Amino acid sequence: MRSPRPRFARPSLVVTAALALAAVAGCGGGSSTAGGSAAAPGGDAFTPPKIEALKSLGPGEGQVNLVAWAGYAEDGSNDPKVDWVHPFEKATGCTVNTKTAGTSDEMVNLMKTGEYDAVSASGDASLRLIASGTVAPVNTDLVPNYKDVFEGLKLKPWNSVDGVAYGIPHGRGANLLMWRTDTVQPAPDSWGVVFDPASPYKGKVTAYDSPIYIADAALYLMSAKPELGIKDPYALDDKHLQAAVDLLKQQKQNIGEYWSDYTKAVQSFKSGDTAVGTTWQVIANLVEADKAPVETTLPKEGSTGWSDTWMVAAKAKHPNCAYKWLDWIISPMANAQVAEWFGEAPSNVKACAETSDKSFCDTYHATDEEYFSKVHYWTTPIAQCLDGRTDVKCTDYSEWTRAWTEIKG
Amino acid sequence: MTTTTTAAPAGVRRRAASFLHRHSGVRLSLLLSAPLAWLGLAYLGALAALFVTAFWSTDVFTGDVVRVFTWANFTDLVTGEVYRTVALRSLGVAAAVTLIDLVVAFPMAFAMAKLASPRAQRWLVIAVLTPLWASYLVKAYAWRVMLSSDGVLGWGYGLTATVVTLSYLWLPYMILPIYAGLERLPNSLLDAAGDLGARGWRTFRTVVWPLTFPAAVAGSIFTFSLSLGDYITVKIVGGKTQLIGNVVYDNIGAANNLPFAAAVATVPVVIMLVYLAAVRRTGALESL
Repeated sequence: MRSPRPRFARPSLVVTAALALAAVAGCGGGSSTAGGSAAAPGGDAFTPPKIEALKSLGPGEGQVNLVAWAGYAEDGSNDPKVDWVHPFEKATGCTVNTKTAGTSDEMVNLMKTGEYDAVSASGDASLRLIASGTVAPVNTDLVPNYKDVFEGLKLKPWNSVDGVAYGIPHGRGANLLMWRTDTVQPAPDSWGVVFDPASPYKGKVTAYDSPIYIADAALYLMSAKPELGIKDPYALDDKHLQAAVDLLKQQKQNIGEYWSDYTKAVQSFKSGDTAVGTTWQVIANLVEADKAPVETTLPKEGSTGWSDTWMVAAKAKHPNCAYKWLDWIISPMANAQVAEWFGEAPSNVKACAETSDKSFCDTYHATDEEYFSKVHYWTTPIAQCLDGRTDVKCTDYSEWTRAWTEIKG
Repeated sequence: MTTTTTAAPAGVRRRAASFLHRHSGVRLSLLLSAPLAWLGLAYLGALAALFVTAFWSTDVFTGDVVRVFTWANFTDLVTGEVYRTVALRSLGVAAAVTLIDLVVAFPMAFAMAKLASPRAQRWLVIAVLTPLWASYLVKAYAWRVMLSSDGVLGWGYGLTATVVTLSYLWLPYMILPIYAGLERLPNSLLDAAGDLGARGWRTFRTVVWPLTFPAAVAGSIFTFSLSLGDYITVKIVGGKTQLIGNVVYDNIGAANNLPFAAAVATVPVVIMLVYLAAVRRTGALESL
């Protein structure tokens, strides 16, 4: 879903941007609590096939096949200094074969081939993998580093069902509001600036080109139109979806362009073609590294975001090596490396001590649970309402996709 | 010893050759088997699979294809107003690109075939072909930079930007067939037209155009079909617009709804069939 993923959140770039961002973040920190809790009982809405988790760890099988986002399993081929795969191979004797996937759907399809042992699934893929019996529950006792994972990431609706863990949290990030300080004044603190029909920035607004962006509109409606009664931006009934679609159609009048490729977003913010819109931390870093006058914030309504999870295939041929990889990738050192390379908050508490940029965890709000309590992580919308309502049918992702086509017109 | 080893294969070859000579049917089928297998299995087979898939549906949660016959995809396609709008827009873009390329390519091809010296001709052909050596994405992004508000052109993004970029990308596919067609046109015909008192425009209308029309049609088939299926250029310079390729892509890439994507993908196939039928009626295909 968030295809071409950022592949080079190079530490050097991150360092240059870090100070400015830390300052912004400090101001935006505790401004509001309007977002409320991000948790939703999503994993309770269905019963997954009965699959046993691994009971005990045996000797490694000599190799492991991974499906991963670009930048999640670096072996030094992109940058010789960025390598946490070879140390893993040396330590465990498991050779790593990585298949990079561009989208969540590609991940789901690759895992269904049965040829892979583990996958770094986002919240919009994880539930589908669980429901179809493609992945097995994870025995967290066999992953020693799991104890150091932030509590805010454990046993969440997108990585567990009925209190049974199906994966190991890898990292997380928020979709932020970014604007050019030379054109957008005063500094916005609300998503209202991108949804305002009488926006002074007509033709310079941008939005993420994916059906999942409908959740951003729904999130804004939660506070802008409380009478609609939206509790969870991923649990929209027909009436809610219609309201979000109407809002996005109205927004389209002011949109300059939609972005799905992050290099496109970087370029248009730099040239000034885009003045305000949704973004990722890594994009903000790249734009600031080029000295363009931009700032970011987590708006008062909260935001959407992602939280990725390493899962083990139900029919894994190399389960022991897969578990060793799960433990390795959330070990403080590797977790710090991958978080800095990719540009997201690490999942291991101790990773913050290992980052090359000591303020990295502050920049990405890794330890700031209040910040992440305002983040509604991407989840696959399904017919069973994720907010627990049983009297109404919710709209699923294929309906969202068609709605998105209709919005773009 | 050497005579026996070379004699055996030579004998086999001779016998095979004489067998093939006597059985012309076997000869023909052997010659045609590879291209027919390619056309039949890889090409028509894929089209058939596409068409069959269009009548299935997906389990919305697990994403598995449900192999049960349904008209639902086509009903959605026909009743949804947005799909008609997108299809018409794509058709308009393809037609505009073809027209622009024709207008730009014809004088260029004429100059290459009739006015330039043989030496210059070779260089011009190379010059026309060079853009094809560069990656599609590099060229599209180059246009993105040029069209951006602080770029050389600064026109901004949108449908016009898409048409301009596509016209640039497919121009060689229009120039080369027309150039080849004009090369086959004897210079004596132009001289004769001049001798009989025809001026430039009249010569073009009554001599050059009718004789190069099949070549122009060949070029238009390339530019039209390539534009109709494109979805990347519009993503890069299209601003907020979408074409039929994007609808297909979104349904496969984002929604994992292969059956509906297949149903949408039959639209350009049908448009192309209609286009080819229309071309055939003009008789242009016979003289290609």
